[in-house]
Amino acid sequence: MDTTAGPGAAAPGNTAGPQDAVDATGSDHILEMRGITKRFPGVLALSDVNLSVRRGEIHAICGENGAGKSTLMKVLSGVYPHGSYDGDIVFEGRTAEFKSTRDSEHVGIVIIHQELALSPFLSIAENIFLGNERAARGVIDWNHTNSEAAKLLARVGLDERPDTRIIDIGVGKQQLVEIAKALSKEVKLLILDEPTAALNDEDSAHLLGLISGLRDLGITSIIISHKLNEIEAIADTTTVIRDGQTIETLDMRDPGVNEERIIRGMVGRSLDHRFPEHTPSIGDEVLRIEDWTVHHPLDQSRKVVDGASLNVRRGEIVGIAGLMGAGRTELAMSVFGRSYGAHISGRVYKDGKQVNLHTVGDAIKAGIAYATEDRKHYGLNLIATIRDNVSGAAIHKVSGRGVIDRNEELKVAERFRKELNIRTPTVEALVGKLSGGNQQKVVLSKWIFSDPDVLILDEPTRGIDVGAKYEIYTIINRLADAGKGVIVISSELPELLGICDRIYTLSQGRITGEVARQDATQERLMHYMTMEKDVTPR
Amino acid sequence: MSTDTNLAPAMPSGEQARIPLSQRLSGLGGNARQYGIFAALIVIILLFQGLTDGRLLKPDNVVSLFQQNAYVMVLAIGMVMVIVAGHIDLSVGSVVALVGGIVALSITDWGLPWWVAVLLGVAIGAVVGAWQGFWIAYVGIPAFIVTLAGMLIFRGLALVVVSQTIRVNDDNFNSIVSGSLPNFLGFSGDMDVVTLVIGALTIAAFAIAQFRARMQLRKHDLHVEALGLFIAKLVGVAVAVGFLSVLLSLSAGGMPIILVIVGVLIVAYTFLMGRTVFGRHIYAVGGNRPAASLSGVRTKRVDFMIFVNIGALAGVAAIITTARGGAAVAAAGQNFELDAIAACFIGGAAVTGGIGRISGAIVGALIMGVLNMGLSIMSVDPSWQQAIKGLVLLFAVAFDLINKRRAGTS
Repeated sequence: MDTTAGPGAAAPGNTAGPQDAVDATGSDHILEMRGITKRFPGVLALSDVNLSVRRGEIHAICGENGAGKSTLMKVLSGVYPHGSYDGDIVFEGRTAEFKSTRDSEHVGIVIIHQELALSPFLSIAENIFLGNERAARGVIDWNHTNSEAAKLLARVGLDERPDTRIIDIGVGKQQLVEIAKALSKEVKLLILDEPTAALNDEDSAHLLGLISGLRDLGITSIIISHKLNEIEAIADTTTVIRDGQTIETLDMRDPGVNEERIIRGMVGRSLDHRFPEHTPSIGDEVLRIEDWTVHHPLDQSRKVVDGASLNVRRGEIVGIAGLMGAGRTELAMSVFGRSYGAHISGRVYKDGKQVNLHTVGDAIKAGIAYATEDRKHYGLNLIATIRDNVSGAAIHKVSGRGVIDRNEELKVAERFRKELNIRTPTVEALVGKLSGGNQQKVVLSKWIFSDPDVLILDEPTRGIDVGAKYEIYTIINRLADAGKGVIVISSELPELLGICDRIYTLSQGRITGEVARQDATQERLMHYMTMEKDVTPR
Repeated sequence: MSTDTNLAPAMPSGEQARIPLSQRLSGLGGNARQYGIFAALIVIILLFQGLTDGRLLKPDNVVSLFQQNAYVMVLAIGMVMVIVAGHIDLSVGSVVALVGGIVALSITDWGLPWWVAVLLGVAIGAVVGAWQGFWIAYVGIPAFIVTLAGMLIFRGLALVVVSQTIRVNDDNFNSIVSGSLPNFLGFSGDMDVVTLVIGALTIAAFAIAQFRARMQLRKHDLHVEALGLFIAKLVGVAVAVGFLSVLLSLSAGGMPIILVIVGVLIVAYTFLMGRTVFGRHIYAVGGNRPAASLSGVRTKRVDFMIFVNIGALAGVAAIITTARGGAAVAAAGQNFELDAIAACFIGGAAVTGGIGRISGAIVGALIMGVLNMGLSIMSVDPSWQQAIKGLVLLFAVAFDLINKRRAGTS
């Protein structure tokens, strides 16, 4: 399966990890994970993964979305307790059997998740010592708490009073509070999951500088990141994970190792026949977006979409590739009736005419549909029936004077059940009881029924098994053949390469590339997807 | 009903075999639950019928059951819509007191004709609802807080308006609750024919509506409930409505006007919730607000409208309360909000929104009403009555939750 991987990529079973461990003396490693295998119902999330981390290094873990990085870290930190996976974890020379994150923290492993786990209305000091209070007989010693916190804040370079509430500081500073909290627990191994994903450039640089500083103090870090430039800047070693397997471990001091080299490891897999054949017949431009800029709704100084321009023609399937946090969903939702973001600027042209889409209703009227990446939270009413959901975005098409024609509504739901092969005993079944693939078909039915000219499909196959994916691809092709413009947002590059006629790449809110189907390779896309403004750790 | 598989031609036979029975039955999940509440009501009626030596279902007691509980049913209709949308309204009791006071004043002091006063009451209720809806929908203050404030504001205003009891000496107005339809069709034995005709028409209308709905499902090869169950349902409703009509026809006045009013409201709002775009939007907003918003539903407008609506219905309840007492007092409507909320939850509405029916809320209100009346006939201490009602609410919701959990794990 490694047809496109370079010579450095070994077959998955024969990974570089254990060889490293043999070369170096065992005591040199603070952490060894050996043969880790983790199964979820129906999915092999990790398969015989090996990871060796040397004491006092910064070890990066790279891989595409869904490669298994976060799962591996959850195994390490005890989120998935011992016994729920196969393989061994050796920490500081001793076999570890963590039953919970408490156990792993006890020996000095602290994980900082992408979604920060701070209590917003408590102070910085209270958060740092949450669950670990400076107290005597249950009574908190506030002087001790605040003075200790102040010392920790000085160590992480955060210039805030310890009694400041978390909600009053930015997300970059919150990240530093998390690190201060980790330091308060006498951390030996710090794991950071996408630490800079939500940060602006300045905060990112400060954070990376801090992590480098901790290394000098002897604290080992594992950093999971999509931002290869950051990894190149601070990591000593990089382990690449792909499809739940360790692919290779790269020494970053090796002059031959650069971003390109890491990308090759991340994407090296072949495309098989997982995609239906499709010959596009492309017509006139149906949607054009020009100079689209969107700011974060809470942190309004941050641009989440930055001067993006793109277009889609009738009958065309256009892909948007980007790593997590690149602004893909934000771009789509802000276009879809400003359902996301603040201070939105730019122009949208529908069939060559400029349109102002201020509400979702406007967007639907203009013939635009957006099927969300998060169908459970934003796409479906899970406690309602398939019939309710299918007619949800275009109820006016089955009603007159505000009264629903249930006959007609049933016919429509039945039609979609048959056409899209939604597997259910009846359209009166609750959507919450369907499988992911069938739920996705309900989402698609809803938007197809609104009869749009442009469909924006955000991660249309997330969490869906292979068979259902093929069906979804077939539906997408049919939509294009019916003269609709389709925009597909996806984290899976093979998927985009398999179904799109043209692919845009998005990085930090900017369109960094536009590649036609025949010119597109995973390496090329990944190169554009990781093209970022320069950062330097301070 | 499990033997009736051939009546579910929704799937090609090959595929049908693969669908587990439990899943096929869950197609009527909502209905099964609904039947449960009706069954509970009947059990409670029979229980008290026994405990009171048959006094519960004496014709005049049945009439006063409706007269006493009409306000809860009216409020529960509005409340279930609010709850389905994911909100709550704590202010309706105070609104009843305020509007009741103004209506009484308008008849006694301003000399308005009774029907103008009625329209005025509904309109003031709607304005009050619009005030609260504005803060909830467009400013984004949680309904709990807005209506808690409303509870204080409108109770205060009611005290200002009704400094002392205002007697209403308008017979037309007061007969809204106490009156009955004229028995112009005479009597058959002791039974008022008008009441019997209304009962018969109700049964016929229900049967026709159910039959048409079933035909529609069949026409589209959709899953229908088992024929046995369907017939049982029709017979059950016919017997219940028939029995009720006979009881009412034997009462002193015949068909109470208030029951006609409540009945019309029930039918209208059941239609609104089940058959109109607006009703659908309420369920969509309560079921998943962001998803509704991303489907183009104007969620703020929906929020606003349901509070205008419950305001207007609180106006109706105020008229009922004032007419029933023949007077307005500042303390009117005390705890009405709690009665209405309890009725909704006993009737199967979900605290988290998205689920709830008008019929459920009405049955919930009737369960509370029967409980009240039964316990009163048995002359149980009112303090104990309150405690018992509380326990019934708790157990009803607990029972529902446990049922749901079991269904979820199967």
